[in-house]
Amino acid sequence: MSNKVKNILLVGVGGQGTILVSKILSSGLLNAGYDVKMSEIHGMAQRGGSVSTQVRFGEKVHSPIMAHGQADILVSFEMMEALRWMKYLSPEGKVVINDYQIPSAPILFGKVDYPEGVAQIISKKVNATIIKASEIAAKIGNARTMNIVLFGALVKSMKLTEIDWESAIRDNVKSNMVDINIAAFKAGMETVN
Amino acid sequence: MTKLLTGNEAVALGVWEAGISYACAYPGTPSTEILENIAANYKKDILAEWAPNEKVALECAIGASIAGVRTISTMKMVGVNVAADPLFSFAYSGVNGAMILVSADDPGLHSSQNEQDNRYYAKFAKIAMLEPSNSQESKDMIKSAVEISEEFDTPILFRMTTRICHSKSPVNEGERITPVKKPYIKNPAKYDLVPSVSKALHYILEDKLKRLQAFSETTPLNFIQWNSKKIGIVTSGISYQYAQEVFGTNASYLKLGFTFPLPIEKIRAFSKEVEILYVIEENEPFIEEQIKAAGIQCIGKEKLPNVDELTPEIIARELLGKELQTIDIDTSIVPGRPPTLCAGCPHRGFYVELRKLKNIMITGDIGCYSLGGNEPLNAKDTTICMGASISMGHGAQKAFDLFDENKRTIATIGDSTFFHTGINSLMHVAYNRSRTITCILDNRTTGMTGHQNNPGTGYTLMGMPTKEADIEAVCRAIGIEHVRTINPLNLEEVKATLKWAMALDLPSVIITRWPCVLKKFTEGDIEEFGDYFGKCEVVADACTGCKNCLKTGCPALQYSKADNKVVIDQVQCVGCEVCKQVCKFDAIERKQKA
Repeated sequence: MSNKVKNILLVGVGGQGTILVSKILSSGLLNAGYDVKMSEIHGMAQRGGSVSTQVRFGEKVHSPIMAHGQADILVSFEMMEALRWMKYLSPEGKVVINDYQIPSAPILFGKVDYPEGVAQIISKKVNATIIKASEIAAKIGNARTMNIVLFGALVKSMKLTEIDWESAIRDNVKSNMVDINIAAFKAGMETVN
Repeated sequence: MTKLLTGNEAVALGVWEAGISYACAYPGTPSTEILENIAANYKKDILAEWAPNEKVALECAIGASIAGVRTISTMKMVGVNVAADPLFSFAYSGVNGAMILVSADDPGLHSSQNEQDNRYYAKFAKIAMLEPSNSQESKDMIKSAVEISEEFDTPILFRMTTRICHSKSPVNEGERITPVKKPYIKNPAKYDLVPSVSKALHYILEDKLKRLQAFSETTPLNFIQWNSKKIGIVTSGISYQYAQEVFGTNASYLKLGFTFPLPIEKIRAFSKEVEILYVIEENEPFIEEQIKAAGIQCIGKEKLPNVDELTPEIIARELLGKELQTIDIDTSIVPGRPPTLCAGCPHRGFYVELRKLKNIMITGDIGCYSLGGNEPLNAKDTTICMGASISMGHGAQKAFDLFDENKRTIATIGDSTFFHTGINSLMHVAYNRSRTITCILDNRTTGMTGHQNNPGTGYTLMGMPTKEADIEAVCRAIGIEHVRTINPLNLEEVKATLKWAMALDLPSVIITRWPCVLKKFTEGDIEEFGDYFGKCEVVADACTGCKNCLKTGCPALQYSKADNKVVIDQVQCVGCEVCKQVCKFDAIERKQKA
């Protein structure tokens, strides 16, 4: 498989705003001259299910989907979803995890407990950045920009800072939400060294 | 201009560019967004309509084609089964204006009840087939399909798959052809399929197929990419992208965009140039079987699976023995995250009471309410296809009754699914003296596919107000005498109504009428259902930690082990009060509005 193509995997729970991030990400990459392919699954997953979006970019991209062990970065909008999707990550890959738990149905109904120590389990194996994105977003003034905080961390981790992301954000959010999303984006970038 | 579009968005653009004037469909994942995009983006130029089912949708498109305009009908793969009747015969008559049928298949069953490979429909119905492999082709091939349809007088099966429909890739916009209407000339020898006409048309159809075969051999839709001749790959659709991902320039490709009839001589010539020939295709060996039948040696399903989605990973592993290294980590501690009925879903209250009934068989249907079968509601026995709940329920009831088995069958079906094909089944129930209980869960929209209008919502796809079909009146008109419409959020009402229906030895219908919690309320909805939204909260002192409320399966409720109490997520809660009604300790209250 081609080494030049970069693979980004965004995972979370339906309704967390992964789709907006993938939109901003892919439009920014396209405008920067990359070939881009993005794949996501709609349908039943929207009813509180686990969701994933794959973004692949490079000089020439064929497949819209990646293999296990191929993701250069895994951005998880929810804590335990990071572990669920870990098999997709390359052993040299990075993980950005939102320190935010959304219990799934079996947990809510008291059948099982939310798994403990997910961040530690993952940090032992790979380069992981754990972010309290919802707290950061709330401080900026809108908890719903949590997804854009994570997007900022993704951009910094992937060293994609030279791309004009502010325009990409402007093109994809409502005009009265541009400033706060750009602030969230910048705060997200600051979480990564 | 280059845009990043899904295959579905690209098809909608292609429909506009190709001068298509009329589009008709029934929603179904992964096809739904094609019509939604046409209606949203090309309102002025194209008439787009939701039909109550796929058969109606295709017949509308056929009528428009015969009248002389270019048309398209879109559906998910199982929808083509419903539309198969007109499809097979329309192949005989042929078109006037171009007619394209989009079949959106779902390898991997992301949201379907089977994994059928609809390429066989092209061969079975004897119509030409095109298969795009990315969004650019999804757009461009609609234009090609229109040309082929009119040149060869054939409907086109435009076969897509989930990964084509829902993946985004760059698309260059093109020139638009201004739609023109061909004259309609009465021609019973072509369009009036009585037996004598059809027999004559069958001969013509076979001749058409020969001409299409010759076209397939020369069209640039089927092209060769020469690289290393050690390996040759025949492929189509998304598999072409996967094959290139894995083999790059280490193989030559015969990429098929026009896949029925197949260019067998082109394949034969290609096979002679390469040392080993692979056929890489998803699901069934549609291409491989025909290649082998022509006496050409190749390797396909001996190595590649016909179950589940094909992926570059599977191709690399099975054909090259290559696998990427993964991280050694135990993921088994992660609990599942199955889809659930939303907080405030109107179906919840109904299922909470339904599951308490004894000696029943619950036949389910296709829609959000199929989630009523999941934990912790567990209120469903069967799912087969759209509309089947009512007719299967009838058949099962008759079987139980024939052998005096003490069981009642209860069918659960949604509003859109009732209009789809449930209505026929209910007619059978009334006509054949049944005693089933049919529950029509009317959430005032088509929920699972994302809120499409249907004959019961009072609006068309284009947003025009229209006559609203009255489900209760329909039921009575076809002969069901015992019909009640209830509020599913009122558990006492649900319980009493189920009791009423169980006591009858005649067929009955219970209509639960309340809007989907995610639906944008229309003016009519606000007038009828009012502003009921609010929040419920747990009175901590009163909560005994009995967890009875958790059995409603509401995702807004969470049990806290630490203090043996339930808490309600104030973001998700909409104040439906189902949990409040099941609480035996009055520990759940509705918050007063500020």
